[in-house]
Amino acid sequence: MSEASDQLYNFALLDEDAKREIRRKLLKAVALPGHLVPFASRDLPIARGWGTGGLQITLSIVTPADTLKVIDQGDDESVNAVNLRRLINRTTGVTTTTDTAAATIIQTRHRIPEEPMRADQILVLQVPMADPLRWVEPNLERATMMHSEADYGKMWVYMYESVVRAGDLRIASQYPVIVNRRYLMDTTPIPRWDVPKLHMADTLYLFGAGREKRIYAVPPYTIVEPLQFEDYPFRTEYRPGQRCARCGAEHTFLTEHFVSDSNGGRWETTCSDAAYCAKRVAQMEATA
Amino acid sequence: MSHPLLEIRNLSKSFTLHLIDGREITPVRDVNLSVATGEHLLIHGRSGIGKTSILKCIYRTYLPTSGQIWFDSHQFGRIDLSRAAESVILNLREHEIGFCSQFLRVLPRVSALDTLCEPLYRQGMDRATAQAIGREWLQRLGISPALWQASPLTFSGGEQQRINLGRAFIARPRLLLLDEPTASLDEATKQVVIEMIRVAQSEGTAIISVSHDLAGLGAHANRQWTFQ
Amino acid sequence: MTGDWILRVEQLSKHFGPTCPDCRRLTGPDLGRSQCPRCGTVWACVEANLQLSAGEVLGIVGESGSGKSTLLQMIYLALHPDSGHIWYRDNGGPPRDLTTLNRYEARLFRNTKLGIVYQRPELGLNMRFSVGGNVAEKLLLAEWRHFGRIRARTAELMVKTELPPERIDDEPPTFSGGMLQRVQIAKALASRPSLLLLDEITSGLDVSVQARVLDLLRRIQWEDRITMLLVSHDLGVVRQLARRTIVMKNGHIVEAGLTDHILEDPQHPYTQLLVSSAL
Repeated sequence: MSEASDQLYNFALLDEDAKREIRRKLLKAVALPGHLVPFASRDLPIARGWGTGGLQITLSIVTPADTLKVIDQGDDESVNAVNLRRLINRTTGVTTTTDTAAATIIQTRHRIPEEPMRADQILVLQVPMADPLRWVEPNLERATMMHSEADYGKMWVYMYESVVRAGDLRIASQYPVIVNRRYLMDTTPIPRWDVPKLHMADTLYLFGAGREKRIYAVPPYTIVEPLQFEDYPFRTEYRPGQRCARCGAEHTFLTEHFVSDSNGGRWETTCSDAAYCAKRVAQMEATA
Repeated sequence: MSHPLLEIRNLSKSFTLHLIDGREITPVRDVNLSVATGEHLLIHGRSGIGKTSILKCIYRTYLPTSGQIWFDSHQFGRIDLSRAAESVILNLREHEIGFCSQFLRVLPRVSALDTLCEPLYRQGMDRATAQAIGREWLQRLGISPALWQASPLTFSGGEQQRINLGRAFIARPRLLLLDEPTASLDEATKQVVIEMIRVAQSEGTAIISVSHDLAGLGAHANRQWTFQ
Repeated sequence: MTGDWILRVEQLSKHFGPTCPDCRRLTGPDLGRSQCPRCGTVWACVEANLQLSAGEVLGIVGESGSGKSTLLQMIYLALHPDSGHIWYRDNGGPPRDLTTLNRYEARLFRNTKLGIVYQRPELGLNMRFSVGGNVAEKLLLAEWRHFGRIRARTAELMVKTELPPERIDDEPPTFSGGMLQRVQIAKALASRPSLLLLDEITSGLDVSVQARVLDLLRRIQWEDRITMLLVSHDLGVVRQLARRTIVMKNGHIVEAGLTDHILEDPQHPYTQLLVSSAL
């Protein structure tokens, strides 16, 4: 036992004090779902705004037994994902994977994987801007007070104005939700498509904002309700007839790419979750 | 055992003028009078000696310095108006005691009809019923229908006074205090007012008026009382 | 014979500053100051008592710095008193002491039971939201979640407060001062509050605009029998709306009574001065 903990001492880049602080803050965040918990965001060998919040959480919770997956824009192979994965791997030696089902910790930005996640997995989200009230209250002190009093009238007016101006709730990402019927929470730059996955999930979601020095969490089986009106309900993105050009999926979040060809090029839609798409393609090839 | 509706005993009212070296003046000294249901008492006397002060003491615009003003209230029984709680006074003003000052306090932008009906609104009557009664009164007061929706601000002095009197009568108080009700009226309107007073009396309203008009109004009063 | 009161303020006090043993002796209306010359403490409101019956309009008059706004802010639960109680009850129900509410409960109470209109519209309105959005905020706070019904109620409130409903989506800076006061009134009335607080709402408006705002309030009072607390330094405004009036000076209530009584038979030297300089 003591040998095991000795091995974990100063494991994973961060010093032990930093990890202890972050773990305590994570516990507090889990105890108060959706509540923004301030923490002392450490300097890391990557720039603020490139996922330092998520990285600090991952480094604080990772153990040698974990299997790690890192995605950015839904893709394991984007530059940022590759760099973060390499950094974590070099400083911890943990196994990495691109397979959602095989991972125990998934650090992500922009997406929640398409494959359903399990109770033994943790999703760590990198958060660029932590407080949804920034849209309506630039003063941080006042915004904090508004959270403490659950004074979300202005945020609701913001939703109302969205319908007035655009005819519908036109919020593409960072859709505001109420967590556990109490705190207003920013869902980070995940698309509306992924918001329902937060509600009554089997998985623990941890959110880290490195630049804004905030940690928050959605524990498993928590009620997460998007702000909506009875006559203008929250809706996920959906364009009928669209499907993935690679795997043919119609039930996934798609992204558009411009593909050059001899005719000058065309727009093509593919799954945003590249690993999931590849898995489906492999399965189809195996059965064919 | 029957008390008069209103009984004033040893009423005095003095004012302390703090702005003029705390000088004290006493316009009302040791007044005793009473008025019964359905009776019209007219108070007269020289100008500027405080006749109106008596009415204002009864209405509690002035706080009496000493003495008692016993009123036989429907809701509260026999009470001393000089000591009654403000909430009681406000209630009595709404339902039992009316006061008609010499001049109409015109509210800008409020129509003649609404001005007249305000006491009924205050009693909690709905707008439609109140306005139906209001129109009847405007007719009786001889106000041309063309003026009903206009603000009384534009009316002549006589027309304003008719609205003013209408406001006092419309609430059917049990005691009505009238300060120079006929002073600015022509002969024909004066007769309308005298008739209004007579009708109110026949319905059991007691009236105390302050007036110089001994020949007109005075001839119709049950009693006259000279204030010195 | 207290009637069915809805709000009762007891011995409510608020001071700003360190206080010293001589503070209270050195301040007050008789000395003409609310700031202690020794320690600098401002005694903004000292042992104020008042009671409001349902459907009543109570006026509070006094010059700037007399403590009337402090008193109003305490009743609005925006400022916590040093001592004293604010009892509130609904329709003769059990009284609740509002000074014991925590921030969250106070916010909830304010959202549902109170409405306020400020002298400066930028205090009561968010200038970046549309006028409709500002009015809708009260409804949204009261958990209205149907956009269509919110719009309908907002338009209805705009008509009630004599605002053109077709301008529902315009922004406040495009409205005149008098109109903005009416937007504030519409917002304050949206959740059908038990008590409407009015803080110098006609100061800074020209006379005809002022008359229109007062007329609107009077009509609302007739129609909805809403209880109002009206703070003003203008006796004319108080005379038009309030049947009872409280006079404040240097943090103390120096006189209270029926409005016509205060105006025609003022007892306190300060009230006499106030009345003689106003009329």
